[in-house]
Amino acid sequence: MLHTFSCALAAFAASLVEFVEALTIVLAVGAVRGWRGAIGGAAAALLVLGAVIGIFGPALTRIRLGAVHLVLGTLLLLFGMRWLRKAILRAAGVIPLNDEAASYARQTAALQDAGRAAVAWDKLALATAFKITMVEGIEVVFIVIAIGAGGPGLLLPASFGAAMALAVVILLGVALHRPVATIPENTLKFGVGVLLSAFGTFWVGEGMRLAWPGGDLSLALLVAGYLAAALGAVSLCRSRRRAGA
Amino acid sequence: VTTLKAILTELLGLFLDDGRLAGAILAWLVLGYLLLPRFGLPFGIGAFALFAGLVTILVESVLREASGRPG
Repeated sequence: MLHTFSCALAAFAASLVEFVEALTIVLAVGAVRGWRGAIGGAAAALLVLGAVIGIFGPALTRIRLGAVHLVLGTLLLLFGMRWLRKAILRAAGVIPLNDEAASYARQTAALQDAGRAAVAWDKLALATAFKITMVEGIEVVFIVIAIGAGGPGLLLPASFGAAMALAVVILLGVALHRPVATIPENTLKFGVGVLLSAFGTFWVGEGMRLAWPGGDLSLALLVAGYLAAALGAVSLCRSRRRAGA
Repeated sequence: VTTLKAILTELLGLFLDDGRLAGAILAWLVLGYLLLPRFGLPFGIGAFALFAGLVTILVESVLREASGRPG
């Protein structure tokens, strides 16, 4: 139960961040080049990404669980700790926060410079929307497959979490027609980095046949441990920068 | 071709951003895989050692980055 909920939550939060980044560019494409190409390109990419999950997700669940835990746990750790590292550095003010409004303005200007297409299906709009949705969606696919292959019955909650995130972002896009600049992106990335690092550590430990005190409940302890360490690291980074200024 | 290249670059970038962080994580996991189960450590200590090593690697990485960048 704990795994099911935390799987869905991790997939939802991670997918939300990625889909918001894709939405920014798709909205810019739609506003400048027309909605047919923007929606067509994004929809084509979503179909490809869905097919990848449909093919690789169930296939991975048939491989021996120990090997899957070790390999996917390692990839989750590399991925999650990379996110967590960036989120810590952003929270501490070492690197700048991501600005969706600025990203929208840059993409809009670039598309306007490219000139208008007179055909019904604008190739530039299709290609740009397809590319950004694929690039951001690849991360979602990895998260869903990596989390979903970690145990029996986990692919469904992970896919459900990602699907909910997509639905939320589509609704926001339809309602707002402008970039979603108000979501606390770094806070979400911070949380997702903590969750993925905890999942990765837990599964690598299982793959190494290490004993986790409390069994599955130790996943909650790992989340608490990573959260405490990450918050401590933010404070340490801030004080180190103040001392160096 | 550029789309495929961007997707492949993104795929690689999912796991490798700071090379030293990725290298240290992999090295710690290999060491853990080879050594931890062989020590016959008391219950839970191996798992704790795995976690503690990873946290140390993460904190060292962010502190190194924070010290290296101009304020």
